[in-house]
Amino acid sequence: MMPDLGKYAFAVLSSYAASLLLLVALVGWTMWRGARVKAQLREVEARQERENG
Amino acid sequence: MSIWEYANPKRFMQTSAWVLPWVAVLALACLVAGLIWGFFFTPDDFRQGSTVKIIYLHVPSAMMAINAWVMMLVTSLIWLVRRHHVSALAAKAAAPIGLTFTVIALVTGAFWGQPMWGTWWAWDPRLTSFLILTLFYLGYIALWQAVENPDTAADLTAVLCLVGSVFALLSRYAVLFWNQGLHQGASLSLDKEENVADVFWLPLLVCIAGFVLLFVALVLMRTRTEIRARRLQALLARERLA
Amino acid sequence: MGALLSRDLRLAMRAGGGFGLGLAFFLLLAVLVPLGVGPEGGTLGRIAPGILWVGALLACLLSLDRIFALDFEDGSLDLLATSPMPLEAVVAVKALAHWMVTGVPLTLVAPVLGVLLNLPVEGYGWLVLSLALGTPALSVIGAFGAALVVGVKRGGLLLSLLVLPLYVPTLIFGAEVVKRGAAGLEVAVPLLLLAGITLAAGALLPFAAAAAIRINLR
Repeated sequence: MMPDLGKYAFAVLSSYAASLLLLVALVGWTMWRGARVKAQLREVEARQERENG
Repeated sequence: MSIWEYANPKRFMQTSAWVLPWVAVLALACLVAGLIWGFFFTPDDFRQGSTVKIIYLHVPSAMMAINAWVMMLVTSLIWLVRRHHVSALAAKAAAPIGLTFTVIALVTGAFWGQPMWGTWWAWDPRLTSFLILTLFYLGYIALWQAVENPDTAADLTAVLCLVGSVFALLSRYAVLFWNQGLHQGASLSLDKEENVADVFWLPLLVCIAGFVLLFVALVLMRTRTEIRARRLQALLARERLA
Repeated sequence: MGALLSRDLRLAMRAGGGFGLGLAFFLLLAVLVPLGVGPEGGTLGRIAPGILWVGALLACLLSLDRIFALDFEDGSLDLLATSPMPLEAVVAVKALAHWMVTGVPLTLVAPVLGVLLNLPVEGYGWLVLSLALGTPALSVIGAFGAALVVGVKRGGLLLSLLVLPLYVPTLIFGAEVVKRGAAGLEVAVPLLLLAGITLAAGALLPFAAAAAIRINLR
C-alpha cells in the first residue's frame, strides 16, 4: 500500500512526520491546558459555593 | 440580533460549546482525508518527483500562518475599539497556533528545498519573510507572557499587533527588494494557466479546508480556556480579599 | 520641550548614562569582526556595509531601555504624562535625545570604522548619509518598543525581541544604500525608501508609543 517515494522518501516522510508531530503537540497541549483550567475552575467554584453557601 | 452578542463571554461559551465538536470533527475528517488522498493516491510530479506530496502540508500551513496574523489584527482592532474581552482573548489564543503553522511551513519548506534547491535554507524572499513572521509571533507571545495585568497586556499586544502588521508588510517588500528569490509564483492563483494540475489541486483544497477548520477549532478551544482562566483568576482574587 | 531635551541630554552625558557604551560596542565590533573573518581577499570590504549597519543597530539597541525606564521608576514619567505638553511630543523629544546621544556619534565614527573594515572608498559618503538618514528611525522605533515594555521588570531582553523584527526594513534599505554606493551603483531607490521609513516612523510612531505609555501608566 505504501507509495513508492523514490529517492525523495526521506524528505517526504520527514516533512509529514515533523508536521504531524507539531500538530499533535499543539492539539495535545491545547487540550491538556483546557482540561486543567476547567478542572481548577470547577474546584474553586465548588469550594466557594460551599463556603458562601 | 447582532454579531456583537457573541462578544458576551457567557454567550460565547454557550455557542462555542455547541459549535466546537462539529468544527473539530470536520477538521479531523478533512485533514485525514486530504492527507491520505495526497500521500497515497496522487501521482508524482514529473519534475519534482514525490516531493510534490509536501505541498499538502506546506501550502495550507503557510496560508494559515499569514491568515492567523490577519485574524489577530482584526480581533486586536475589535478589542481596541469596542473593548470586548473575548476578542482580545481570541487574539491571544491564536498566536501560538499561528507560530506552529509558521514553523511547519518553514520545516516542510526546508525538507522540500533540500533535494529541490540543494539547500535546507536559502535567503529567498519568502523564506526570509516567514522567518521574520516567526520573530513577530515570538515577540507578540512574549509580550503577553511578560505583562501581568491582563487588560494592560491585551492593550499593549493589540498596539504591537497593529504596528507590527505595518512593519511586517514593509519587511515583505524590503526583502523582495533585497533579493529576487527562487520561489515559484503563487501556485493557487485563480488564473487557470498558472494553476497546479487538478490531480494535485483537489486534495490540496481538502487539506486547506482541514487546516482552516483546525485553526478555527483550536482558536475556539483556546479562547474557551482563556475565558475560564480569567474567571479562575477573578475567583481566586476574590478569595484572597475575603 | 527644549528643557526636556536638555535634561535628557544632560542625564545621558552624566556618568553611567550609557553615552559611551554604544560607541564602545560599535568600535569593539569593528575590531572583532576582522579578527574573526580574517584579513584575506576582499571579504571584509564586501561585508563591511552590512557589518557597519548591524553594528550601528545593535549599539542603538543597547541604550533603548533607558529611554523611559528610569523616568518610569522615579515617577517623572507620571509627571510628564500629566504635564500640559502632549505625551506624543514627550516621546518625540525623548527619541530625539536618544538619537543625539547614539545615532549622531555612531554616524560620525562610522567612517573611521569603515577604514578598519576596508570599506571601498566610494562607500564612505553613502555610509555617513545612510546612517544619518536611518538612525533616527532606529531611535523612534526603539522608543516605541521601550514604551511597550516600560512596565515590565527586566524588560531588556523582551525589548530586543520586540524591536529587532521592526528594524528589518531600516536595516535592509540602509545596508543596501552603502552596498550599492560602494559598488558604484545607483542608490536613489533605497535611499529614498530609507528616508521614507524615517519620516513615516517619526510622524506616526510617537502616537503609538504615547498610547502604550498611557496604557502602562493606567
